[in-house]
Amino acid sequence: MSDLVLETRGLKRNFGAFVATNDVSLKVERGARHALIGPNGAGKTTLINLLTGVIPPSEGQVFLEGDDITSLASFKRVKRGLTRTFQINQLFNGFTPLETVTLAIAERNGIGHNLWSSIAGYGQIVEEAAELLARFGLASIMGERTVILPYGKQRLLEIALAFASKPRVLLLDEPAAGVPEDERHEVLSIVSDLPKDVTVLLIEHDMDLVFSFASRISVLVAGAVFAEGSVSEISADARVKAVYLGENA
Amino acid sequence: MLTILFDGVAYGMLLFILACGLTVTLGLMNFINLAHGAFAMTGGYVTVVMMNRYGISFYWCLPAAFLITAILGLILERTLYQWLYRADHLDQVLFSIGIVFMAVAGADYFMGGQQQLINLPPELSGRMDVFGVGIGRYRLFTIVICAVLALALQLILSKTRFGSRLRAAVDDRRVAMGLGINVPVVFALTFAFGSGLAGLGGAMGAEILGLEPNFPLKFMIYFLIVVSVGGTSTVSGPFLAAMLLGVADVAGKYYVPAIGPFVIYALMIIMLILRPNGLFSRGAGR
Amino acid sequence: MSVLPQDIDMMASHSTAAAHSRADKLMKRRSRIRFYEVVIWLAAIAAYFLLPSKMLILTEIAILALFAVSLDLVLGFAGIVSLGHAAFFGLGAYIAGLVALHYVAEPVTGLVLAGLAAGIFGFLTSFLILRGSDLTRLMTTLGIGLMMAELANQMAWLTGGADGLSGFSLNPIFGLFEFDLFGKTGYVYCLVVLFIGTMIMRRIAFSPFGLSLKAIKSNPMRAGMIAVPARKRIVTIYTIAAAFAGIAGALLAQTTSFVSPDVLAFHRSADVLMVLTIGGTGYLYGGVFGAVLFTLVKDWLSVVTPQYWMFWIGLILVVLVLIGRERLTGWIGYLPERFSKKEDRR
Repeated sequence: MSDLVLETRGLKRNFGAFVATNDVSLKVERGARHALIGPNGAGKTTLINLLTGVIPPSEGQVFLEGDDITSLASFKRVKRGLTRTFQINQLFNGFTPLETVTLAIAERNGIGHNLWSSIAGYGQIVEEAAELLARFGLASIMGERTVILPYGKQRLLEIALAFASKPRVLLLDEPAAGVPEDERHEVLSIVSDLPKDVTVLLIEHDMDLVFSFASRISVLVAGAVFAEGSVSEISADARVKAVYLGENA
Repeated sequence: MLTILFDGVAYGMLLFILACGLTVTLGLMNFINLAHGAFAMTGGYVTVVMMNRYGISFYWCLPAAFLITAILGLILERTLYQWLYRADHLDQVLFSIGIVFMAVAGADYFMGGQQQLINLPPELSGRMDVFGVGIGRYRLFTIVICAVLALALQLILSKTRFGSRLRAAVDDRRVAMGLGINVPVVFALTFAFGSGLAGLGGAMGAEILGLEPNFPLKFMIYFLIVVSVGGTSTVSGPFLAAMLLGVADVAGKYYVPAIGPFVIYALMIIMLILRPNGLFSRGAGR
Repeated sequence: MSVLPQDIDMMASHSTAAAHSRADKLMKRRSRIRFYEVVIWLAAIAAYFLLPSKMLILTEIAILALFAVSLDLVLGFAGIVSLGHAAFFGLGAYIAGLVALHYVAEPVTGLVLAGLAAGIFGFLTSFLILRGSDLTRLMTTLGIGLMMAELANQMAWLTGGADGLSGFSLNPIFGLFEFDLFGKTGYVYCLVVLFIGTMIMRRIAFSPFGLSLKAIKSNPMRAGMIAVPARKRIVTIYTIAAAFAGIAGALLAQTTSFVSPDVLAFHRSADVLMVLTIGGTGYLYGGVFGAVLFTLVKDWLSVVTPQYWMFWIGLILVVLVLIGRERLTGWIGYLPERFSKKEDRR
């Protein structure tokens, strides 16, 4: 039997009369490099929001490592090893990258509730933050305020921040969008260098990227799973081609 | 018993007219305007000055109160309020508290701190007896006028072009602009109209609610309750909320004078916890 | 020129080490003592010697400052706009008054009890502000404030109703320092409490907890996504802030030997919001600077136009918002950052 890490059963979400997610039953195996593709407005980001608890589903359930997490708050899901990046940067504008990452590491280590010790006193945590920032090429600007950083740097921080939580399941919502061409490769190599047991669910528009990275692909159309299979199966699927060509034409 | 109910309805009707302008600014334009009561007070003082100093008939005073307050609202909207539509809520709170403070002190300066009295026309004063229920004539007058206004409001919002423009402007400012709707003008007119209604309410309410410089502070919470309990998606929501509040407040003051206001505040808080989007809002909201 | 692989490794390890020490230094710099902090406390002490006739207004400033700093925890750190912070201030004042009247006349005991009571009340009401938008929070806090005022008014047998609570006097602090007629002891007492309170809140501000609050304020969705339990944190900070507000109220009751129903009035909640806004939010000392400015302006206005000072306060608020709070409180950024230059060179 395969080892399912993330699973949804009959997941639905309506916004008024609009069905953004329609009966999605997704199975993601441990260590998978799973890609989620589909035309604009297919409900990919909504699905990620449902998985991470940003919005509640109208119907259906979400399971993480076999446990029903459907009604769990976001922060509890993160504690259980499920985290994400956002398609549009969601950062703390007034913070420096160092503060941002340090806080995430502090929370991971369960010291976020400590209100008596200075955060600067946690040498190891600050060091880990510095290391992570260095890995993402952010060491030189770690003391600047996030809001004044160039977009590409903010994008890297967005991804670094998800790494700071040391997820076992990482959901990447178009991680390379807006990253300068020369740093794009950097981002993806960091992602693919993740330990094999870290599961990655990736939303991406760049098909070359998807085909080189993913082991399994789900195609989402109009909120529902349209096709699912290995890279070769999907790339050979005439219906999938039609959906994409139809959109492009 | 029935008299209390009747008084409560009259009071609730007044609250609705006073607060419905706030429903739009606060609910639809998302502007936390704590100074709404200042407009109501203006309408009240306009009436007092016209009647007591110049001896103008009460019936002329009402439209005048509406117009003058509406013009004041328009001026303030164009000069001050419009800059703060997108400011954060703390700014709006501070700004409108500032306006309230100025209005309170200003009213004290020009009109003095005492309760203002107006002499109602003889045909509106006193009570009459209908099937054994004591009915204040003025309260009956209030109910009729307010009910007509509420109906008219409902019609304006749902049936006229202006109503649909306002709804469009509120729903999505950018799309509305794209459709050629002059959003700032729509907002300004709406604000002026809402202020005018508050002024009219203030003029009519001078007899029932009392009128003194602290009016905006005293009734701020009532207006806010009407809006937050009634929700902002309909006209009927705030209307029902105002009715409930009016009856509950009058009944509370009559039966349990010691804890009346306490009960109102407590109910409001419980309501806010259970239904943060308003008691009569449709569904769970967006 | 070719670069050998081990050179790159060495460069990398060197740069990580550099990043470590830089990160360490940056984090330590966050919490170091600023120049203005030293100045303000020295000024407060100097005032005791230089302005012996102004003890009452200085006391008033110290109390308002503590009240405002406690609000900053809620507003500046957690981002909750409260229109009912006076509920805690007033509760603390009444508790301190009642304790002195019926039980213990030693002030510090009353102070602690008032802080505890306000803290418990803050804890209980914090659950009411977890849900909803700015508007519902505003309404809820406003409602709680009004309820408390109404309660104090109605329970005249306990609180003295509209006449207020009087007829209590306080023993010397710790049995050692007696309150004098000129209010000198009172000022020192309030100043010491303000100092201790601010230092405690300062520690909280620079703790991981304090940083997580600012994250909740800045972007609640992302805060959740780095495992910050927002509700728990808000409950905690609201409780702490309420306790300090209660202590501030207790100071007022003890130094004036009187509790008027005015301690719970709406304008007190509005005033403290304004104080904090003048001084700037999110760095604690805004409450202190704001309290100094506000009290001086109000004092001056109430001499110039005793009846209508409220108008000018209102005008100041309107102008403040229209010009932009950031621009007006931006001056704080120009204050000398460093306390000593040496630290930076290290």
